[in-house]
Amino acid sequence: MTKHLLEVDGLKKHFPIKKGLFGKTVGAVKAVNDVSFYVKEGETLGIVGESGCGKSTTGRSLVRLLEPTEGKVSFDGQDITKFSANDMRKVRRNIQMVFQDPYASLNPRHTIEKILAEPLIVHGMKDAKKRKEKIYEFLEIVGLNAFHAKRYPHQFSGGQRQRIGIARALMTNPKLIIADEPVSALDVSIQAQVLNLMQDLQKEFNLTYIFIAHDLGVVRHISDRIAVMYLGKIVEITDSNELHQNPMHPYTQALLSAVPIPDPHHDENEVVLEGDMPSPANPPTGCAFHTRCPFKMDVCTKAVPELKEQKPGHFAACHLYNGTNSNDI
Amino acid sequence: MEDKKVMLEVNDLQTTFFTDSGDIPAVDHVSFHVHDGEVLGIVGESGCGKSVTSLSIMGLVPNPPGKVVGGDIHFEDKNLLDLSEREMRKVRGNDIAMIFQEPMTSLNPLFTIGHQMMEAVLIHHKKKGKQYAKDRCIEMLELVELPRAKDLMDEYPHQLSGGMRQRVMIAMALICDPKVLIADEPTTALDVTTQSQILKLIKELNDRLNTALLLITHDLGVVAKTCERVIVMYSGQVIEEAPVDKLFDSPKHPYTQGLIQSVPDVRKKQDRLYSIEGNVPLPGSIHKGCRFADRCKFAFDRCFNENPEFYQTSDVQKARCFLYDKEGAVEHDKALTRS
Repeated sequence: MTKHLLEVDGLKKHFPIKKGLFGKTVGAVKAVNDVSFYVKEGETLGIVGESGCGKSTTGRSLVRLLEPTEGKVSFDGQDITKFSANDMRKVRRNIQMVFQDPYASLNPRHTIEKILAEPLIVHGMKDAKKRKEKIYEFLEIVGLNAFHAKRYPHQFSGGQRQRIGIARALMTNPKLIIADEPVSALDVSIQAQVLNLMQDLQKEFNLTYIFIAHDLGVVRHISDRIAVMYLGKIVEITDSNELHQNPMHPYTQALLSAVPIPDPHHDENEVVLEGDMPSPANPPTGCAFHTRCPFKMDVCTKAVPELKEQKPGHFAACHLYNGTNSNDI
Repeated sequence: MEDKKVMLEVNDLQTTFFTDSGDIPAVDHVSFHVHDGEVLGIVGESGCGKSVTSLSIMGLVPNPPGKVVGGDIHFEDKNLLDLSEREMRKVRGNDIAMIFQEPMTSLNPLFTIGHQMMEAVLIHHKKKGKQYAKDRCIEMLELVELPRAKDLMDEYPHQLSGGMRQRVMIAMALICDPKVLIADEPTTALDVTTQSQILKLIKELNDRLNTALLLITHDLGVVAKTCERVIVMYSGQVIEEAPVDKLFDSPKHPYTQGLIQSVPDVRKKQDRLYSIEGNVPLPGSIHKGCRFADRCKFAFDRCFNENPEFYQTSDVQKARCFLYDKEGAVEHDKALTRS
C-alpha cells in the first residue's frame, strides 16, 4: 500500500461573525466543519463543490495560510498544525499552491525571473548562477522559453501566466501541490493545455495533487479520487470512476446530473434541486443537505450523518445507507 | 424551419474599437439571423467578439472608442443602425431585451426590486399607470417561479441569492414582452445546480412565450442543452454555422472540432485531453489569411495568404475554411494526407 502523504483529521475552520461597537462575537461561519481525509503519495485528490462549500478554505487551511480552528493535519507523518512559523516555512517547501487567478497571483512589477527566484531565495539557494539555470530549466519544462524570463506578467496571456504560476510552485521541488481552481479562469482550448501539462509534470516529478475545482468534468479528468463537499463537510469521497458510475449521496447525484453535457443527444435524466445552498453561518440541523434533498426522511432533520465506508473505498455521509445494507434508493 | 419568420437579421456587421494603439476590428463582417421562437447560440472563447456583437445589436457599444462602422441589423422592417437614440430607446428593453452575466452588478443596490422592475414598464407603457406596472411585475416574478413575489417587490438585491437575482433579471427582461431576448453568459456566474435551474427556466419561457433567444456562451455543454442552431465565432468572425446536432456530430471547421474535443467529459475518463496548440488571439491581432491558420493542424499555404469565404458544407451547415472550397480540393487533400 502506498503511504499517505497527507492526513487530515477533524479539520475545522470557523470565521467569527463580529457585531457592534466592541466587536462581540455573535456567531461563526462554519466554512469547514469537521473534515477528514487522506491523500496517498502520487495520486490526485479532487475536491469539488459549489461556491461557499468550503473547498478553498480547506485548501488554505492545509498549509495554514488560514489558521485552522481545530483538527490535525499530518504531512509526511508530522503533525504540522503545531509547527512554529519557521518550521512551517520549511514544510511549505514541500507543499506548494497554485492559485485560480493567474492575473492576481503574480506581482505585476516583477519580472518572471524575479518571481521565480523568490521561492529559491527563501529556501536558501544562494548561488545566483545556479538560480538562473534552474529558472530557465523550469520555464522550458512548463512550455515557455528562457527569453520569457525578462518579461513582466502583463506581457503574457492567461494560459501562459498559469504556466508561470505552476513553474513557481515547482521551483522548490515540492511533494504536494494544492491547486485551487487552476483552470477555471482559462478558455476551453487553453484549459486543456494546462491540464495536460499538470498531468505530464505529475509523472515527471512524482507529484501529489490536491485539485480543487467546481467543474466536475475537469476534476473527473485529472483526479484518481474525488471528495464532494457541501456546506463545510465532505458528503462523499471515493474513486473517480466509482463516483461517476455509482454516486451514493443525493447531492452528488444532483450535482453530476446538473453538469451540461456537450452532446445534444444526451439523454437527460436530471435531478433539478430546489432552492439554494443555506448559509454556512446558520446551517440546517441534522444533515446540512436535508432542505434540498429529494429523499429526505425524519431522521435527516435531527441527526448529522457520519461519513462511513458504505462499500470498500466508498465513503458517503447519508442516512439512506445507515442501518440498511441496500445500495439502491 | 424555413417557413418561420426571421425576427432579427444581422448583415455584414463591423464594429471597430479605435484605440491609441490602433484600430481593433472586434466584430468583422458578421452575419446571422434568428427565427421567431428559435434559440440561437453564439459560442466562442474570450475576445472572439461575441459580446460586442450583442452590444452592437442593442446599440450599447461604448462610443468612443467603439463604433459600428458597417453592415446593418434588420429588426421587423427597420434597420436598427439608422435609428436615432430616441427611437432606439423605444426598441431597447421593449422589443429587444437583454440579460447580462453578472446578476450582482446589473441590479442597482440602492433601489428595491419592485422599483427597478416598475421603471421598465413605466418607461414603455406610461399611460397604463402605476398599479398596472406593479401587477405586471408581480405577474412576471411569479412567471420566473420566484416564491413570495409580493414581498420580493420591497426587497433589495443584496437580500437575494445569485440564482434569485438572475431570475429577477429574466423577469425584468421579459416584462415588456420582447420579441428578441439576448442572454449574454446568463449562467456563467452561477453554480452548476443553479445553472441547471436557470437554463430550464429560460428554455420553458422560450417555449411558452415564443421569444426568439440569442444565447451567448463559452460553454459547449450549455449550447448542447439549450440551443437549436449555433454560430461559432473566432477572432471577430463567424467561422461555423450549424444546427446543434450537426455541430456536435460532424463539426466542420478545425477550430470547432478542436474545441469540442478539448472539453473534458464527465461521462468517461480520457487519458489525455485533446488540446489546440497556441493561444487565443488577442482582439486586433489581425494578420493575413485565415485567423486560425497558425493553430490549425490542416493549414496549408493558401490559409496563410487568403481569407477563406464562408463555404456551404451542406444545406444547413457552413464553415469558413478552405477545406470546403471545391476548387481548392487538390490542395487540401495534400494537407490532409500530411497531417
